[in-house]
Amino acid sequence: MEQILANGVYLGSQYAMIALGLTLIFALMNVLNFAHGQMYVIGGFVTYTFYGQLGVPFVLALIISCLTLAVLGALIEKFLFAPVIKGSAREESTMLLAAGIAFLLDALILLIFGEKQRGVPKIVNGVFNYDFRLIMPYDRIVICVLAILSIIAFICLMQYSKTGRALRALAQDRTAAQLMGVNVDRYSMIGFALGAMLAGLVGGLLVTITGVNLGMGGPTSIKAFMMVMIGGAGVISGAIWGGIILGFMEAIGLAVLSQYGDITYLLIFVSLMIFLAIRPQGLMGKPWG
Amino acid sequence: MQRRTLLKTAVIVTALQATMALAENPVLKIGFVGVTSGPAAAWGISNQRSMEARAAWINETGGYTIGETTYDIEIVSFDDQKDPKRAIAGMEKMAQEGIHYVVGPNVDDGAAAVRPVAEANGIMYFPYAFPKSLYQAPASNAVLGMVANYQSGPAIYKYLMENEGVKTVAFIAANESDPLSQRDGGVAAAKELGLEVVSDNVTYQVDTTDFTPVLTPVMRSRPDLLVLSGVSPANAPQLIRSARELGFEGLISTETAQDAGVLAEGAGDLANGFISVGGASTPELASPMMNEFVDRYKKMFGEYNDESNTKVYALEYILETLKAEPSAIKDVDVFQASMDTFEAPNPYMNGDAKLRYVGMSSFGQRRQVAVPLVVNVYQDGVFETLFVAEVD
Repeated sequence: MEQILANGVYLGSQYAMIALGLTLIFALMNVLNFAHGQMYVIGGFVTYTFYGQLGVPFVLALIISCLTLAVLGALIEKFLFAPVIKGSAREESTMLLAAGIAFLLDALILLIFGEKQRGVPKIVNGVFNYDFRLIMPYDRIVICVLAILSIIAFICLMQYSKTGRALRALAQDRTAAQLMGVNVDRYSMIGFALGAMLAGLVGGLLVTITGVNLGMGGPTSIKAFMMVMIGGAGVISGAIWGGIILGFMEAIGLAVLSQYGDITYLLIFVSLMIFLAIRPQGLMGKPWG
Repeated sequence: MQRRTLLKTAVIVTALQATMALAENPVLKIGFVGVTSGPAAAWGISNQRSMEARAAWINETGGYTIGETTYDIEIVSFDDQKDPKRAIAGMEKMAQEGIHYVVGPNVDDGAAAVRPVAEANGIMYFPYAFPKSLYQAPASNAVLGMVANYQSGPAIYKYLMENEGVKTVAFIAANESDPLSQRDGGVAAAKELGLEVVSDNVTYQVDTTDFTPVLTPVMRSRPDLLVLSGVSPANAPQLIRSARELGFEGLISTETAQDAGVLAEGAGDLANGFISVGGASTPELASPMMNEFVDRYKKMFGEYNDESNTKVYALEYILETLKAEPSAIKDVDVFQASMDTFEAPNPYMNGDAKLRYVGMSSFGQRRQVAVPLVVNVYQDGVFETLFVAEVD
């Protein structure tokens, strides 16, 4: 039981971080960013390049990863999403654009970083072992703590900073925020950059545990969408709850149902369908959007 | 004046182009349909790059003579994304281009899916997939391009029983057709050899990135040997790392080929002692031509992939068989008829090794390329040869 709980906390914290960036972009711009998983992968590869290949200290590599993704996110928003949102009233235009960007990033990742699985040296050696009842490598504990701290920092940024207030205003009512003097274009770009930066941060953190490869982008996006659907689209607290719930469901399912084969995700998907049929707006979402 | 000079230049350039066109060799297209994107991309990319490196080498040295004609070799590639539907589309594309010899697909369901297209369009294909039905009569057009798990698995288990005292074994596989069928074949082989199978029903999603929760129940069974059935190069380091971090001290093996660099980066010293099927070459076996191939591959693509020691063979088998039977270029029936007796020197191995088709024991007909079965053990960043065997 201790192991299941520990696995659940660890998985939940990393999933919550993945979902945060996605839900932030959705809340601000009503854009389903299908390229979120690819941004996570780029974050992992940037950290791999600087920390694993060039020997830059891990924290510095992580910062470079965040900055790279923030710049990439800002450029994508300014030159791709902003013109499309302004020029098209149809929501599917941004969805198609996001899917196109995902394919483009996949191709660029293959060209720049290659097809192989990549990994970096462990940031902390050793394994915490409590009588074989609870086993957790120290690097996972460090990454879990860093993920939780990052989530807290993000919440504080959104709650107490001027940028955070502007972003929340934008998410609540774009027109009203504009009338109140919020520079909508600027804060949309900042919000998108922040969402992409979160993907880069979690990619950089997790490359130390899971490594990174070209094919991780699509499945990561799918899991992020599941978490957002569970928690409620566009709601920060919903993304966190969605991540934690999915993490615990996965940890419990893999431990309890292992003798029946790989049915954990089958049951998670069935549960999700039933849940959404009863509460389509998710746990924390509002029925009106 | 300028106009006249321009006209003269145009005439000269056109004449030169015409002369060059006359001097150029006709092109022989060889296809590749396989996975070059996603988590298993390393499998297909090592195929594609091996073919492209060898084709470039042939073309650079004047082409390949079959009968009385010298051809330039062109590799036509199609990424099936490990999707059987796309594999069919890829094989149809090959048929439309008039290609009769194709390397790939890389996985079971893709190889099974393309069979009707290949047989209907007179295409011989060289899959890296293990279902026996692809190679047993009445199937006729598929030639296994490597050593199958039901050939390498028993050899590895037997070696470990005799040399390491292994008595119990656990299997873990991704929840998709190739790894599951390889797991089932491995379980049957282990039982036949007298090993006790203590866990064989734990599977994981193919996109899993964190294997600690998946492996926790397997570790409770405390096997002497943990077999990672059909594991992709992307997942192997993570599985090894998680198993070792969970306190597993037994042996870990797989029947798929792996990459030493990927293992070093993903699992580091934790991968020491990991046993896998290697590319069909070792420093002792490699001929000067194999070494030159590796150099040329590195020059073209940078990093070498150990799997290419096996993947280099398919194109060579196709070309050498066509050289032996030139009329098979457009008639695969001739190619098939020649497979029972075909034999040529193996340019990639030292000594008097031969290129020949095998598979009588496993398939009842010669539908497998003969490559050495090299079993490696990973140690401090490189593979060391554990033993070498042959398949009949």
